[in-house]
Amino acid sequence: MRISTPVYCLREALVSLLRNSWLTLASISIVTISLIILGCSLLLVMNIDYLAQQLESKLEISIFLEQDLESEEVRNIGSKIKSTTGVAEVKFVSKEKALEEMKKSLGDRAEILDSLEENPLPDAYRVKAEDANHVPALARSFEELEGVEMVRYGKGVVEKLLALTHWLRAAGFTLLGVLGLAAVFLIATTIRMSVFARRREISIMKLLGATNWYIRAPFLMEGLIMGLIGAVLAAGAVNLGYFALVNKVGQSLPFITLVTGEDVLVRVSGLLLALGFFIGIFGSFISIHRFLADKKT
Amino acid sequence: MIHFYNVTKIYDNGVKALSDVSLRIRKGDFVFLVGPSGAGKSTLMKMIYREELPTRGQVMFNGRNIARMRSREIPYLRRKIGMVFQDFRLLPQKTVAENVSFALEVTGASRKYIRKAVPAVLQRVGMLDKADCYPAQISGGEQQRVGIARAIVNNPLLILADEPTGNLDPETAKDIMDLFNSINRSGTTIIMATHAWDIVESMKRRVIRISNGKIISDEESGVYGFAY
Ligand SMILES: Nc1ncnc2c1ncn2[C@@H]1O[C@H](COP(=O)(O)OP(=O)(O)OP(=O)(O)O)[C@@H](O)[C@H]1O
Ligand SMILES: [Mg+2]
Repeated sequence: MRISTPVYCLREALVSLLRNSWLTLASISIVTISLIILGCSLLLVMNIDYLAQQLESKLEISIFLEQDLESEEVRNIGSKIKSTTGVAEVKFVSKEKALEEMKKSLGDRAEILDSLEENPLPDAYRVKAEDANHVPALARSFEELEGVEMVRYGKGVVEKLLALTHWLRAAGFTLLGVLGLAAVFLIATTIRMSVFARRREISIMKLLGATNWYIRAPFLMEGLIMGLIGAVLAAGAVNLGYFALVNKVGQSLPFITLVTGEDVLVRVSGLLLALGFFIGIFGSFISIHRFLADKKT
Repeated sequence: MIHFYNVTKIYDNGVKALSDVSLRIRKGDFVFLVGPSGAGKSTLMKMIYREELPTRGQVMFNGRNIARMRSREIPYLRRKIGMVFQDFRLLPQKTVAENVSFALEVTGASRKYIRKAVPAVLQRVGMLDKADCYPAQISGGEQQRVGIARAIVNNPLLILADEPTGNLDPETAKDIMDLFNSINRSGTTIIMATHAWDIVESMKRRVIRISNGKIISDEESGVYGFAY
């Protein structure tokens, strides 16, 4: 005599998934697509953040002093700059040094400087800020110092990059939200179909005294399987794609550095799997919830 | 064991299926519920296994107030009640043995216990030789035997049978009634709704007559009789 035993959950889930194979496939695909998009936007944002960070760390404020200052005054200004909060590093560049640097950067054409009778360049301080976000404020405060002629910094570049990452993040998450909802909805539809196919069985189970969790389990399993398969596919695609990209960029655009290291991909993949898990569980939960409701007092 | 105190049931659509019903059923009783179609027999049974809640009044089962039970207690209530239906309610894709073992699986019984209990109960209802058949391969009477096996495999305190012989010919119905009788003799309380007056008359058991949602008579070893 054959007696079925509680390997039940997985078996029932698989049977249902195969029975609604088209819907199952559609659900898995949309989970995969939405998670791939999430993975890509995450990696993109990480890389732009990284780029911004690199630029920020190179970003300096140049403070040009008025001509004809006493060396006492120059030193005074220097110590005022040093004592400003938010300043990480201060370097003094004398007008002679500046001229030398200019000659160096001009290279062959340096002789145009020879015709100068007098060094036209001012003394300057170069300041590195502790935090790139404070650069504009620091620059303004330096402008107000006595003896300062002009203050310059890489205005715009950092702001633009940061704005770009904000925008990308927002766009990525909006897209994820929309696609994630679609994924939940499709999974819920698939589960509703299999609940419907087994409504008779469910009503009998309830009469036999099955707990709601026992009845739910195979459907949750079904949603979970779809969510996780989708997530695994997405994680695989993102990993392979990024790996290929890093290689390609490494060969043809060596000056661009991408965020690498295994932990980045592990973190991203982990996130994708967790999200696939939740999408699957959530999708099936909303479909069976109503079906199992008992009459309340 | 079962107490109804002034139970009134009005369905959402306004139909008053039971009105001010009070009754008491003792452990070991065998009770027939009779009355015309739409009288409220099925509704009365649904109150006991909490498929429906009373609109007014209380239903006590085994010392518990059923209306006050929490949702998560309902499965445990139902494990104490075996249910048998007119349409058998077997799962067509499961064999006879699987249908019966399903009732145990659902309660989380151990594999070892299931292997022992299922053949024993199939033996009791005379279906052991058809254990591996599917419901479509056996007769209505045999399907109802399986239904009964499934209802008793959990050793319930109470069997609720809603027109269990309604789809069977008189000969087969009599066999099924003999089975119920033997189950009752072993101590299980049985409540049975039926239209089969010949069965009720031959059994000489307690008969509760319902009409329009009201109990119109309640007699020990009564006869179904002309009032119908
Ligand atoms: N779920 C429901 N919603 C609304 N009305 C219902 C519902 N179930 C039963 N009724 C109504 O309640 C009344 C009693 O129905 P019930 O099923 O209890 O009768 P019954 O005595 O079992 O009849 P039968 O002998 O035909 O099985 C009927 O008028 C029926 O239409
Ligand atoms: Mg009925």
